[in-house]
Amino acid sequence: MSQLTVENLQLWRGEAHLLKNLGFAVDAGCCLQVRGRNGVGKTSLLRALCGLTLLEEGQIRWRGQRVAADRSAFHSELAYQGHEVALKGDLSASENLRYGVGLRREVSAAEIAAALQRVALAATDIPVRQLSAGQRRRVALARVLLLDVPLWLMDEPTSNLDADGHALVAALLGEHLAAGGLAVVATHQALGVEASRLQTLELD
Amino acid sequence: MNVRPDVRSTPWRAARVLAARDLHLALRRPGEWLLPLGFFLVVTTLFPLSLNPELSRLRDVAAGALWVAALLSSLLALELLFRDDSQDGSLEQLAICGQPFAWLLSAKAAVHWLLTGLPLVLVAPLAAIALGAPYASLPGVLVALALGSVSLSLIGAVGAGLTFGLRRGGALLAMIVLPLAVPVLIFGARATELAIKGEVATAPLYLLGAMAVLAATLAPLAAAAAVRVSLE
Amino acid sequence: MAWTWFHKYGSPPHFYRLAGRWLPWLSWGAALAIAAGLIGGLGLAPPDYQQGDGFRIIYVHAPAAWLSTMVYTVMAVSAAVGLIWRMGVAHAVSASCAPIGASFTAVALLTGMLWGRPMWGTYWEWDPRLTSELLLLFLYLGYLGLRNAIDDTARADRACAVLAIVGVVNVPIIHYSVIWWNSLHQAPSVMKFGRASMPASMLVPLLLMLLGFTLCFGALLLVRARGEVLRRERNARWIAEVLA
Repeated sequence: MSQLTVENLQLWRGEAHLLKNLGFAVDAGCCLQVRGRNGVGKTSLLRALCGLTLLEEGQIRWRGQRVAADRSAFHSELAYQGHEVALKGDLSASENLRYGVGLRREVSAAEIAAALQRVALAATDIPVRQLSAGQRRRVALARVLLLDVPLWLMDEPTSNLDADGHALVAALLGEHLAAGGLAVVATHQALGVEASRLQTLELD
Repeated sequence: MNVRPDVRSTPWRAARVLAARDLHLALRRPGEWLLPLGFFLVVTTLFPLSLNPELSRLRDVAAGALWVAALLSSLLALELLFRDDSQDGSLEQLAICGQPFAWLLSAKAAVHWLLTGLPLVLVAPLAAIALGAPYASLPGVLVALALGSVSLSLIGAVGAGLTFGLRRGGALLAMIVLPLAVPVLIFGARATELAIKGEVATAPLYLLGAMAVLAATLAPLAAAAAVRVSLE
Repeated sequence: MAWTWFHKYGSPPHFYRLAGRWLPWLSWGAALAIAAGLIGGLGLAPPDYQQGDGFRIIYVHAPAAWLSTMVYTVMAVSAAVGLIWRMGVAHAVSASCAPIGASFTAVALLTGMLWGRPMWGTYWEWDPRLTSELLLLFLYLGYLGLRNAIDDTARADRACAVLAIVGVVNVPIIHYSVIWWNSLHQAPSVMKFGRASMPASMLVPLLLMLLGFTLCFGALLLVRARGEVLRRERNARWIAEVLA
């Protein structure tokens, strides 16, 4: 049974009718890559999936249930990584993760340290505003890992990352999908996910 | 893959985590949070400078002056409530973390009051004395401002939720919040005035308390709706 | 059955047509009622024993004041309908109410001030009614300011809906606080006109003016709302057919 289904999505941004009658389904273990030129609505689609933007028309179903019926249950099973890294500059990476993940579940210092090691970030105790953009992105990836949820919604996850970073994202996605998770990723970069698990959606 | 129910955070725990985070952040930048307090003292000083500085004459306007200064300084402080979180994307994450959003915003508003409202309440007796209030009136002044500042923080949170991120958001915030704050001002100033005159102020204090309770119940829901609209 | 009717009104072309049909009735009704009220109030009703002819301004002031609060309520209710049932037409109605309500409030304030001049000798006193009207005007201005500050229509609709609902809950609280505040300080009050004590010759024109102003509000609302609906739907197909 498909886990994430979208039917008849319509979305306007001001006057522009960005998404017209969009429909797709993503199964467990699959990744949907959303491609399209700038401004075509990739970010709007992700935000609509999260529930940050209200949908004019259309239905999103998670595990067969309409998302609109129980939004918090849906939210507690997704991790959204948007353009902004959503990290507090004055706190260190570990502190950010402690608070950010702590909102959803108890997390130990050991888990945080392990996640930061997985994303290859050494400087875990200096304020985040002193980290480079690429390093901040890695902390954001660590958060997604720690949240331990089935659905990942990511908007340009590889931006600001070097070649190692690209490989890291591919590896993390691969592990997530292999464990039965789903992902919807908006990017025009190659994701490095194995072809059998990858679906593509071209927006125009 | 799914988080086991036994380690999932309850809404109460999530609120505590958020409150701890906000306190931690505020302690890293204490200067910002002292500004509204400074503003309160400056505005209080303006009254004797623009009116008759004789304490006996100032005493007549002390209640009103204290409350106007408190109201204006709480407007200034409201800017700090959502500014940082909206700019770095944290507010969005809070909106979709699966915890009741109104509850999380209550936690934010509570910390905000601790950092801006409470200091104001503690400093107000000094300002009251400077405006000619007798020492015996200070407890009454304190209680009235404490109750009133809670309502002001909460009503202000709704206004801040509607206007953060807008151009000229500050002016618009004032335009929206001040009329809604008039009942608090009326009863608060009356309670303070009675305290200064040495009379019993129970009626307005009860009403202030009732307004604070009403605000604490309804304002977080309205603020949650307002913030969600602003995040679209 | 009732729901289909409800959602039919919510459809923009249907609302546009229906509003167009009602408009002449409302406009003529308003004109007749106001004319009758003015003739009765300004011409036929006897002068008040206390205020002489000065009281006659009540025929404009009281309906304007009553309407200023009623329009805010209509604004809040239609905003709530728009928010709950996602009806664009309801939001258009709510948006149209604001300038009309603000105007009625301004009229009430101005006529209140004109009434005050012969009564108190000054144009302004912190009378509870005038102060309430002034605060209501500020509430309207805040709403209009918020609508103006947000570019995206749908987002502006929803933000203003939250504000209107919060405001409508507060309006009675503000009103009673102001009355209480005023009673403490025994400031003069101009509107000591108990309805029960008014003779029929004074009361009937007042009620006619009230009716006339309400119909006038209805007509103005429909005109603005139709314009608002046209503006929002300007790219839709039904517009071309309707305007042809």
